[in-house]
Amino acid sequence: MRSIRAAAVGAVTMSLALAATACGGGSSTGGGSNDSPKTLTYWASNQGASIAIDKKVLQPELEKFKKQTGITVKLEVVPWSDLLNRILTATTSGQGPDVLNIGNTWSASLQATGAFLPWSTANFAKIGGKDRFVDSALGSTGATGKDPAAVPLYSMAYALYYNKQIFADAGISQPPATWAEVVADGKKIEAKGKQALGAEGANVSENIHHTFVFAKQHGAEFFTADGKADFTNDGVVAAVKQYVDLMAKDKVIPVGNAEYAQNQSVSDFAKGKTAMLMWQSASANLKSQGMSESSYGIAPIPVQSGSPGTGVQTNSMVAGINLAVFKNTNNLDGSTKFVKFMTSDAEQKILNTAYSSIPPVKTAQEDTAFNTPANAVLKNTLATSAAALPQVADESQFETAVGTAVKNLFADAAAGRAVTTASVKAELEKAQQQMPAK
Amino acid sequence: MRKNPSDPAAPGPRRRRGERIRRIGLPYLLLLPALILELLVHLVPMVIGIVMSFKELTQFYIRDWGTAPWTGFGNYKVSVDFSAPVGKSLLHSFFVTVAFTLLSVAFCWLLGTVTAIYMQDNFRGRGFLRALFLIPYALPVYAAVITWVFMFQHDNGLVNHVLHDQLHITSKPSFWLIGDNSFYALLIVHVWKGWPFAFLIVMAGLQNIPKELYEAASIDGAGMLQQIRRITLPSLRPVNQVLVLVLFLWTFNDFNTPYVLFGRAAPEAADLISVHIYQASFVTWNFGTGSAMSVLLLLFLLVVTGVYLVITSRGRRSADV
Repeated sequence: MRSIRAAAVGAVTMSLALAATACGGGSSTGGGSNDSPKTLTYWASNQGASIAIDKKVLQPELEKFKKQTGITVKLEVVPWSDLLNRILTATTSGQGPDVLNIGNTWSASLQATGAFLPWSTANFAKIGGKDRFVDSALGSTGATGKDPAAVPLYSMAYALYYNKQIFADAGISQPPATWAEVVADGKKIEAKGKQALGAEGANVSENIHHTFVFAKQHGAEFFTADGKADFTNDGVVAAVKQYVDLMAKDKVIPVGNAEYAQNQSVSDFAKGKTAMLMWQSASANLKSQGMSESSYGIAPIPVQSGSPGTGVQTNSMVAGINLAVFKNTNNLDGSTKFVKFMTSDAEQKILNTAYSSIPPVKTAQEDTAFNTPANAVLKNTLATSAAALPQVADESQFETAVGTAVKNLFADAAAGRAVTTASVKAELEKAQQQMPAK
Repeated sequence: MRKNPSDPAAPGPRRRRGERIRRIGLPYLLLLPALILELLVHLVPMVIGIVMSFKELTQFYIRDWGTAPWTGFGNYKVSVDFSAPVGKSLLHSFFVTVAFTLLSVAFCWLLGTVTAIYMQDNFRGRGFLRALFLIPYALPVYAAVITWVFMFQHDNGLVNHVLHDQLHITSKPSFWLIGDNSFYALLIVHVWKGWPFAFLIVMAGLQNIPKELYEAASIDGAGMLQQIRRITLPSLRPVNQVLVLVLFLWTFNDFNTPYVLFGRAAPEAADLISVHIYQASFVTWNFGTGSAMSVLLLLFLLVVTGVYLVITSRGRRSADV
């Protein structure tokens, strides 16, 4: 009896523990083929205000593609919170879509996995050549010196959206052009009982996008020239501190925004609770939340002094979406055709209009649809004062590590704890230690 | 069942052995389908996970695992080097998880047991209350937890509205989803979600206690507390043994609650180990280290479970005598 019971205890222990901690995966090799030339699977990122809107925008275009080529495209719109994980899982298992959207800042990281078809000159020739695309967009498609991992699809830039009515009520005649003006205007707005500036304090990616620009304005880089993480240099520390100080010291970002991560700051702005919002290509989103286009203005993101330009006058990242072909595709030719279709002038106009983004294709960009005042600001920013995030293999890890550090600093500021140069440096130190050792 | 060995018609040793094999073999045969599925669903991925933990499986190799270099115990060394950042944060996360698990299991068990005992008496609305109490357990995790996220919001959340605006308990609205309070937010949500299970199991266990025991005890003059202490709790012992173990394992490994509550970057105060490991592998794209941490977690849970079962079953055996 004793041994049976011991065996039973052992068996129960094993099975419970196994059930509790199972983990797994698969493995894959092999390249692309043309085994199933009549179908394609396409993962689209969530560009519209909802997944349903995306389907409504994309489905008619996919029908057009079917008419032209006879290829049926199975569409899946993947939410941003899942997209990177889904891509990693697809890469690991070899079971993925044929064509997919990626955030352009992930290009170098995903390029390092070797999961995507490299866009060599020969491949580019199949879709009309590399010259069709604007340089700033091509600058965010992978590490320099390597064939791009993806092709630019939509381009976006950050801008300052401001509520005209709140500005008028506070007696502000024009949008702020420097951070000092943001703080001064913010005080006037708060005196009228409105919130000054919205932010997504707990959204890791938003934090990165803003601190990247602040770092540029302080003449600092997050990575050394040979690609090593360098998060604790004085310029970066000052940059992160300046951003968090908008809440901690200047009090223009309300403390409640420290926990925002689901685009609540956009809703706040659309509802007229907040006077200013720094966002990328927000028009379509604001419209879907019921804010009319005439009630807000769009201005460039402020700089330290002077006007936006290159170097320390940078005021946006090169934001955007790239289109990649999964190397394991069973329909290589069809995938290439689909990329050609999506980057054609006609489709670029339709899609970028629907998503209030800017076409990265030169000829499409010249269309009058992209010369509205709103688009003019975005287009001008992309052309003259936007910079690409570091194109290094560790980019994705950098986003998470530093973005989390900024989230923690916002949490400190919200709780009323002091945000000092030392505390900023300590958080960034922690972030740097999480980066892969080289 | 057993044949009398002195029976003259008893089969020879050869036949007896065949019968014995058949007799012993039958249960194993019946278990075979379950065993095969268990192997497929749990053991094979486990073994792959263990193999992964000895590899340097970073973004450069995930597309073709075979090319990932072996690192020996490298991933484990990184995980348990508590003076270095990775090990230090893992240890911190481990302690947070231990504290969280102990508190959560204690509250779930206490709430479940007390409620189950009170619900033993037949009164009007008992069925309704039972159903009501089980709702948190029956709700889909995501729907339940996301509702808590809304309730815990700083600006518009119900919790702050009640605590601050109406009852004036706090001097200013508190943050629940970031900073130190996040630990309590997590604990509250988890206990809310977990106690109905304890309630359900204890309620089932109570049905098996003979009424006569209580009647005899009350004739002997035992009060309610004494009845609970001398009859209810000892009778529930085998039920509690399994219940506490299951609650412990579920709580220690819970991923959904913290992930829905805090997203991919959990606040330090509520950095549970499952999310921590997820972050170590998926967010930093280092699946080797993540697997090594998983294996360490598995070993820890194996040891705890084994020790727990040995101690509790030994105690029960001596109590049976």
